[in-house]
Amino acid sequence: MADIADTGMASAPARAETLKTADGTPLKAALAHAAKRARRRAFLLVAPLLAFVVLTFVAPIGQMLYRSVANDGFSANMPNLVRWFAENPETEPDESAYAALAADLALAAEARTIGVVGTRINYDVSGTRSLFTSAGRRAARLEAPYREALLDLDEEWGSPALWSAMRAASAAHTPNFYIAALDRQVDPEEGIVSVPEDQRIYVPLFWRTMMISAVIAGICLLLGFPVAHLLATLPMRLSNLLMILVLLPFWTSLLVRTTSWMVLLQSEGVVNDVLVSFGIVADDARIQMMYNQAGTIIAMTHILLPFMILPLYSVMRTIPPSYVRAARSLGANNWTAFWRVYVPQTVPGIGAGVLLVFILAVGYYITPALVGGSSGQLFSNMIAFHMTRSLNWSMAAALAALLLGAILLLYWLYDRLIGIDNMKFG
Amino acid sequence: MALPSYAGPLERAWYYGFRVICGLIFFFLMAPILIIIPLSFNAEPYFSFTEKMLSLDPEGYSLRWYDLLLTFGMLAPDAPRDAAWWADAWENSAWIRAAKNSIIIGVASTILATALGTLAALGLSRPEMPYRRAIMAILISPMIVPIIITATGLFFFYSATGLAGSYAGVILAHATLGIPFVIITVTATLVGFDHSLTRAGASLGASPQTIFFKITLPLILPGVISGALFAFITSFDEVVVVLFVAAHDQQTIPRQMWNGIREQISPAILSVATILVIFSIALLTTVELLRRRSERLRGLSPG
Repeated sequence: MADIADTGMASAPARAETLKTADGTPLKAALAHAAKRARRRAFLLVAPLLAFVVLTFVAPIGQMLYRSVANDGFSANMPNLVRWFAENPETEPDESAYAALAADLALAAEARTIGVVGTRINYDVSGTRSLFTSAGRRAARLEAPYREALLDLDEEWGSPALWSAMRAASAAHTPNFYIAALDRQVDPEEGIVSVPEDQRIYVPLFWRTMMISAVIAGICLLLGFPVAHLLATLPMRLSNLLMILVLLPFWTSLLVRTTSWMVLLQSEGVVNDVLVSFGIVADDARIQMMYNQAGTIIAMTHILLPFMILPLYSVMRTIPPSYVRAARSLGANNWTAFWRVYVPQTVPGIGAGVLLVFILAVGYYITPALVGGSSGQLFSNMIAFHMTRSLNWSMAAALAALLLGAILLLYWLYDRLIGIDNMKFG
Repeated sequence: MALPSYAGPLERAWYYGFRVICGLIFFFLMAPILIIIPLSFNAEPYFSFTEKMLSLDPEGYSLRWYDLLLTFGMLAPDAPRDAAWWADAWENSAWIRAAKNSIIIGVASTILATALGTLAALGLSRPEMPYRRAIMAILISPMIVPIIITATGLFFFYSATGLAGSYAGVILAHATLGIPFVIITVTATLVGFDHSLTRAGASLGASPQTIFFKITLPLILPGVISGALFAFITSFDEVVVVLFVAAHDQQTIPRQMWNGIREQISPAILSVATILVIFSIALLTTVELLRRRSERLRGLSPG
């Protein structure tokens, strides 16, 4: 390009003047102006939607990310103690600290925020929520010396762990939720250390989610490959007909499909009934196929299978059958022709299908929640648990941020390898 | 690929074996969806075929679960079925209310997603669009980001802005979730679009609005409608966002099903499921017909 432009420039003086449009502006400037206007017009068409998605999607996720490092439940409601922590960065809690604590407990009890304060500290030191609420009820009657008065209420008020948790919570912004989400804890002496093996929850769950998703993607590939191959090689009329069998599950409600599997897999359900009636399984030894990992894998494989078949099919459709025939005529046997000539050409479809199924499986929530029992739960279910049951929203946000990071990495990989523009349905 | 006449016995066995394997996989895909249809007519509160059902005894079948769909939540379900009874059902039946909510939310979010999405797809498919790849990635991301993360983010955002527990909140969220589908289907339709038609219109003096409504829209309409149907089904099938940000007033059909499955799973769920399967068959047929029409219009296949 540069060479052509240069020669253009060089030949221009020979013509004595540059090209101009009818109104006298140089052609180059006029073209640049027109291109700029076209770019602006294209952007203006996209702008409303972009603004909409930023407002209803990007902003909420941004707020969630902020929430994962910010929790002012303690710092906003305990002003005296926060000031004391700021003024005495290193000292052990003395009488003035206890006085500030007593004043704040009374304040918080008055403002009915003592529960919020207790909940915040409870995330770090479990069992302390009731400590705060019961102290709050009696805080107004406390008298100096406050240290003795509070220790009289409960010995726990002297605990160094509690005080270090309160010091950490006196800052509105904390990395503690991420530290906890990675199964680490802050040790006063050694800094950030791993929690004991038997208390690790999130990291094993993360790897279990990855493993289950990989198994599902693997089974989907195993089941999807033959079907896609058959659909791609049959005559158009017949394959269009069979395609309906793939598209109907794709269009059917997720809850409907999950419900069907619950009905089928129950111990009194159809699958077990059939096995019993054929004498494969004894009536009193029905197989437990639901409320465990197997249930999650079976139901999710069924739900995600169309996402494997469709990209595989669209790639296989474009493979000319003459290549395999040529390989055969050159002496390859069936297996060699298939493995060395056909399969390498399907790799883009395999990549697209496996990545798509894997990405979708990693974030699945509904199906594992309904058929997964306790061993079939995935990472999303833990986020939902913190959102709806334990109400530790900052923890939920931190876990969601970690999952989001993993998904965006996969999404980036998908975009690099396949390109999001090439995503199609049906 | 037909079996060649010179195929050996092994090849012949594989040819038929392969078809049997594919048949079994198709069975795996379809059986779970079809099996709930007969089960929803079960006369007993079981999730398996009873003796009477297997012997095709009419007594084994009943419409009681469909009837329960109507009466569940009504004030006076046992009253004689006159106009007042039907008015009661229309007002108070939990499933009818859920269906009304699903349709209101689905239609509103579909209109929003389709209008904004089609406009954006027009811009995105222009060759001069700046930062095309990055913007496309942002617009598609609601489909890729796990729904639980979106719902968590919306929960915080809506509690801060006061949209929680309102129809507007659910509609905006569902529109966002439907947008990727509209973008993908409409840009795919625009790939084969002949831009000389719009230039011809412009050279004959048509304004951009006239060109859009008289030339572009009629040609891309099949793609727009399939995108809209995708957006509708996304909203119609969505439960997690509803679970997190909607109040009791905005219960939709999937939300009601979720309640039913979690609390007391009864064959009534199967009758809803059957209705939804029939609904999806209708939608699929529409999309298929539209796709064929679109291909015929663009001359991609002989039809």
